Amino acid sequence: MSSHPHAPAQESAHNTHHGHSHGHEAAHGTFKSYMTGFILSVILTAIPFWLVMGDVLDSKALTAGLIMVLGVVQIVVHMIYFLHMNTKSEGGWTMLALIFTIIIVVIALSGSLWVMHHLNTNMMPLNPEMMKNMP
Amino acid sequence: MSETQAVSAEKPTFYLTEDHHPENSTMLGFWIYLMSDCLMFAVLFATYAVLGRNYAAGPSPADLFDLQLVAINTAMLLFSSITYGFAMLRMEKGDKGGTLGWLVLTLMFGLAFLGIELYEFHHLIHEGAGPQRSAFLSAFFTLVGTHGLHVTFGCIWLVTLMVQVMQHGLIEANRRRLMCLSMFWHFLDVVWIGVFSLVYLIGVLG
Repeated sequence: MSSHPHAPAQESAHNTHHGHSHGHEAAHGTFKSYMTGFILSVILTAIPFWLVMGDVLDSKALTAGLIMVLGVVQIVVHMIYFLHMNTKSEGGWTMLALIFTIIIVVIALSGSLWVMHHLNTNMMPLNPEMMKNMP
Repeated sequence: MSETQAVSAEKPTFYLTEDHHPENSTMLGFWIYLMSDCLMFAVLFATYAVLGRNYAAGPSPADLFDLQLVAINTAMLLFSSITYGFAMLRMEKGDKGGTLGWLVLTLMFGLAFLGIELYEFHHLIHEGAGPQRSAFLSAFFTLVGTHGLHVTFGCIWLVTLMVQVMQHGLIEANRRRLMCLSMFWHFLDVVWIGVFSLVYLIGVLG
């Protein structure tokens, strides 16, 4: 795996204590993997555009839900085929960083929407007297 | 150094005998930068999600957005992703000319994306739907503009690397830089998936 020469004593110590691969090859793709990713992305992009531009479904909520699901699937496709994410590269640290980021993103997005939604619905209604005094 | 190696032969230590891969730690560091960038985009997406319906009696997404233009734009970015992938495959084969050819094509698609986006922004501002019109439009221009700015800097980086490859060939340092830009470029495509899904498609849906 490693291109660097080792002293024999170091090599054995290295192997016993570091069984994991450094994932050097994992950082690259093949023609097949890029094409697979590309074709999947084209399909996953075309479906949501078709749904909206062609007015395919009557239910707006269902269309919005499908767009979100297809978007998430396409992000996963890009992660695997273009960004070459896997659990082994860098001894798992890239995956750990990704999981951490996803957790923060979910908290930031859902938290903002939740808090702001409640702020909006719990606003005191304006009466005409207050409207008059507004700047 | 020789003292520590003597020690490590008797009793293995875990630090000095460790074989560090400079190119790999660069990749991990760059990945962590991308994740921090991802957090910044998440905040902008959250802002858009909160403010995206505050039209201030102004135009709504359905009035403004031309989905055909967005579809072409999306195709440009997707094509640029796959051409960059092909450039990386040529790079692994050590084919300098092939790498540069695919990088030129990637740059063309990137510039086409930017051109269409600038046309769209100009069109919106010309119609009086500039960033100061409503909270929705402020959030829209901030989010999409930040993505566009990233693509702009990606293009500048791409030109820089093409000059580097032309002058020095596919040396180890240039390979590392090309791999970093590869991650950056594909990451921008991932962010664009969020933009066209949440901003354009769901926006037009109403």
